[in-house]
Amino acid sequence: MRRIRSNKHQGLVSSRRDFLKLITTAGAGLTLAMNLPLAMAAESTAAAGVDFEPNAFVRIGTDGRVTVLMKHLEMGQGTFTGLATLVAEELDADWSALVAEGAPADASRYNNLLFGTVQGTGGSTAMANSFMQMRTAGATARAMLVAAAAQRWKVPASEIQVSQGILSHSASGKSAGFGELAELAAQQPVPDVQSLRLKDPADFAYIGRSLPRLDRGKTDGSALFTQDVQLEGMLTALVAHPPRFGASVKHYDAAKALASPGVVDVVQIPSGIAVLGHDFWSAKKGRDLLSIDWDESVAFTGSSADMLHKYRTLADQPGAVARADGDAVTALASATTVVEAVFEVPYLAHAAMEPMNAVALVNAAGCEIWNGEQFQTVDQSAVATVLGLKPEQVKINMLLAGGSFGRRANPHSDYVIEAVLIANARQGTPVKLVWTREDDTRAGYYRPMYVHKVRAGLDASGNPVAWEQRIVGQSIGTGTAFEAFIVKDGIDSTSVEGASNLPYQIPNLQVELHSVDNPVPVQWWRSVGHTHTAFSTEIIVDELARAAKQDPVDFRLKLLSQHPRHHAVLKMAAEKANWGAALPAGWGRGVAVHESFNSFVAQVAEVSVQENGSFKVERVVCAVDCGLAINPDIIRTQIEGGIGFGLSAALLSEITLKDGRVAQSNFHDFQVLRINQMPAIEVHIMPSAEAPTGVGEPGTPPIAPAVANALSAATGQRFQRLPLKLNS
Amino acid sequence: MKTPLTLTVNDRTHVLDLPAQTPLLYVLRNDLELNGPKFGCGLGECGACTVLVDGMAARACVLPIGRLAGRRVTTLEGLGTLEHPDPVQEAFILEQAAQCGYCLNGMIMTTKALLMHCPSPTEAQIKAALKHNLCRCGTHVEIVRAVQRAAGLRQDEDTL
Repeated sequence: MRRIRSNKHQGLVSSRRDFLKLITTAGAGLTLAMNLPLAMAAESTAAAGVDFEPNAFVRIGTDGRVTVLMKHLEMGQGTFTGLATLVAEELDADWSALVAEGAPADASRYNNLLFGTVQGTGGSTAMANSFMQMRTAGATARAMLVAAAAQRWKVPASEIQVSQGILSHSASGKSAGFGELAELAAQQPVPDVQSLRLKDPADFAYIGRSLPRLDRGKTDGSALFTQDVQLEGMLTALVAHPPRFGASVKHYDAAKALASPGVVDVVQIPSGIAVLGHDFWSAKKGRDLLSIDWDESVAFTGSSADMLHKYRTLADQPGAVARADGDAVTALASATTVVEAVFEVPYLAHAAMEPMNAVALVNAAGCEIWNGEQFQTVDQSAVATVLGLKPEQVKINMLLAGGSFGRRANPHSDYVIEAVLIANARQGTPVKLVWTREDDTRAGYYRPMYVHKVRAGLDASGNPVAWEQRIVGQSIGTGTAFEAFIVKDGIDSTSVEGASNLPYQIPNLQVELHSVDNPVPVQWWRSVGHTHTAFSTEIIVDELARAAKQDPVDFRLKLLSQHPRHHAVLKMAAEKANWGAALPAGWGRGVAVHESFNSFVAQVAEVSVQENGSFKVERVVCAVDCGLAINPDIIRTQIEGGIGFGLSAALLSEITLKDGRVAQSNFHDFQVLRINQMPAIEVHIMPSAEAPTGVGEPGTPPIAPAVANALSAATGQRFQRLPLKLNS
Repeated sequence: MKTPLTLTVNDRTHVLDLPAQTPLLYVLRNDLELNGPKFGCGLGECGACTVLVDGMAARACVLPIGRLAGRRVTTLEGLGTLEHPDPVQEAFILEQAAQCGYCLNGMIMTTKALLMHCPSPTEAQIKAALKHNLCRCGTHVEIVRAVQRAAGLRQDEDTL
C-alpha cells in the first residue's frame, strides 16, 4: 500500500481492511455485502440455516432483527423507510428492530412490477409497486411466526396475538420475541397468499405515521456511498472525456501522466482515456498531464442558440400527432381571442451532490460492482454483454446514492460500463471510477432542451374552445431498450406527458411532437416530460384566464369539473394560501396544478419583486394527493425537495452549448438553489383511501409555472423561458 | 525530497510523507480513511467537504495540507457517533434533516462553527452561514430547523 501505510508510519491509522470492518459494523445491514471476501462474490448475504427468510424481502434473525431487502435504490427519497413501514405494519414488528438492506440485482425476485422484467427505481413507482407486495411479505412472515408459536406452545394459532415484535398467548401467559421463534418459523410451510388477511386500514399502527427514517448513519459519516467504498488494493480511475459529443481519441501520449507519482496505469476505453492511480488526487494530477489529440471530424458542433432557432422553426410546422380532440385548427380560426406563446427550456444536468462513480472488479469468476444503482438489472445485463458474461456472473452490491434524480438510471449504463471496462483492463484489481464535478456537468445525459409553441382560443363568453400545442425536442426513449415501451407511432411519451393528457375541458385540443435527432446525450430528470409540459401549459392557462378576465383559480376549477383529484388539490392549495387576500406592494401570487405519476399537486407561489429588478420566491403553499399517506413526514420533505429542485431550474440552472462544447463546468456556472433562496413551504396532504402513489417527482412540475404566474401577476410581464428572468 | 508533514486530525497526530500542496480532503478520505467529509465539486463551491480548522469551517478540497502545520483539524467523525452524537448531530437526527445525506457533513460542520461564535442565531444568520453549502435534495427547511434545535431554539417542539 502507499504512503501512509509505509513502515515508518504504520500503526498511526487502521489498515484499510480494518477500516472495512469498522464501517461494516457502523453501517449495519446496509453494508452487509461489504463483509464478504471478494471470492465469495456470488454467495448470498444470509447466514445459512439460522435466519428466518420467508420470502425475498424479509429476513428475521435469531437476535430479533428484522431486515427488509430493498429492491429500490435509496437516493434520499425515503423509500427504505416507506417500504419497511409496509412490512412492519403487517408483521406487527417493533420499528426499532427494522433494518434496511439493498437487495442484489435479480430480476426474477426483485423486478419492478411496473417495469415488467426490469429491476429499477424510477417514475416515482417504488410505493405504488410495493404497497401490496411488501405488505404481503410482512403478512407471510407474521403467519409463519404465529404458526411456530402455536406449535411450540401447543395452542391454536387463532389465539395468538402479535404486537411490537412480541407474540403472546394470553390464556397460557406465554410470550416470545420474533428472534426466539425465528428458527421454528423457518420450518413452517409458507402460507398461500390467498390465505393471508391483510389489515383493515382502520387498524394501521405504522402506516400514516411519521416513523423515523431507516437510512441512518448520514450524520456521522458511517453511511456508505459509492464514493466511500475502499477495497484492498483498489485503484481510482479518472477519465479524460472528449471535449465534444461524438469526438474520439486520435492519438494520445501518456508518458507524463505515467511518470506522475501515484499513477499506476493509463488505459484507452471507448469513452476516453482513463488514468488509474493509487488515490483520487494522484489520478487527477495524472489526468491533467495527458496529451490527447482528439478526432473531432464527426463531433457535434452545434450551439444552443442555433438549435433553439431550428426548434422554433420546426414548431411552426405540423408534427406527429400525440392527441387530437375535435378540430383545433378550425376552432382557433373562429375563436374570439387567441393567446399564443413559444416556450424555451434549456438542457439541464442532474447535478446530484455525489458525482457519478462506480466501483468494479473483473476477474475469472465474473464481475462485481459496488454502486448506488437506480437500474440494477439494466446495468447487470449491459455489463454482462460488454464483458461476454452471463447476467448472473455480474454481482451488484447496492449502496446509498448521494442524490440521483434519474441520472443513475441511465438507459445506456454509461458510467457503469465505463467503470467496468477500466476494471477489465486491470483484471483482479478493484477500480473506483470517479467523475469530477466537471466531468459530471459536461459528460451529458441531460434533461433535453425543448421548445413548445402553444396557441389557445376563447369564445366570446371567455370559454376555452381550442388548444394547439407543438413540442420540439430530443426523444429520451429512442435508441434505448425502453423504446418499445416509451415510443409509439413516432411519439415519445416522455416528450409529451403532461400535455397529451391535459385535464382541462377544452373541446378542440391537438398536441403534436417533433422529435429532433442530435447527439447531445439526454435522459430522464426528476419528473421527466412534466418538467416542461407543466411549465408551458400552466402559463397558457393563466393567460387564458387573464384574457377571459377571470380569476385563475376559478377559471381552472370550472375546467376541471371532470377531474375531482385535480379539482380538490387546487381548491385546497388556494384556500390554505388565502388566495385573493391582499399582498404587500410589489408582491404577486401565482398558481399551478399538475398531475404526474398518478399523484396530484397544486401549488400557490408568492413572489416579491424588488425595485432593483430582482425577485424572490417568498412562500409556496402546496396540496398533494398521493393516495393513502404512508409516512407524512417523508411526503412533506419529498414535496419540499421537489419544489427546491424545480426552483433551481426555474431560477438558476441551464446547460448551454457553444460550438459543441458545454459552457458550464461546476457549481459557479451551473447554479442550484441555495438555502437562503428556499421559500417558506407549507405542504397539505389530502386525506385519501386510494392506493398510494409516488411523491419523489410530482412536487417538481408545478413550481416553475406557479412562480412565472406570480411574477406575471406582480409585473404584468409574460414569461416564456427558463430560467426565469425579469425584463429590465 | 519531500519533508514529512505533521497533521492533527480529531486529536490524533499523523506524520505524512506527502506533497505540501495536496488538498486536505484527499488525505482525509484516502489516507486517513475518514468518510465524513465528502467530495462534491473539488473547487470549494459546494461545501460537502467542510471540516473545522481551529474551530473555523474550511473547505478541505482546496486546503493544501502544507498550510495546516500546528493547526487542529476536526472532521465529522471527530464530533460524535450515531450512539453518542454531538448536539448538532443529534439535532439533525431529531429533525430528520437528511434526504440523500451527501451534503450533510458540510451542513453539520458549518453549523458547528456557526454555533461556536453565534450560539443563538436568527433564521437569517443561519441561512447566511449555510448559503454556500449546497443541498440538491431540497432539505433546506429541515436543515434550518436542525440548526435551531441544536441552538436550543426548538427544544419544546414535538418531532417524531
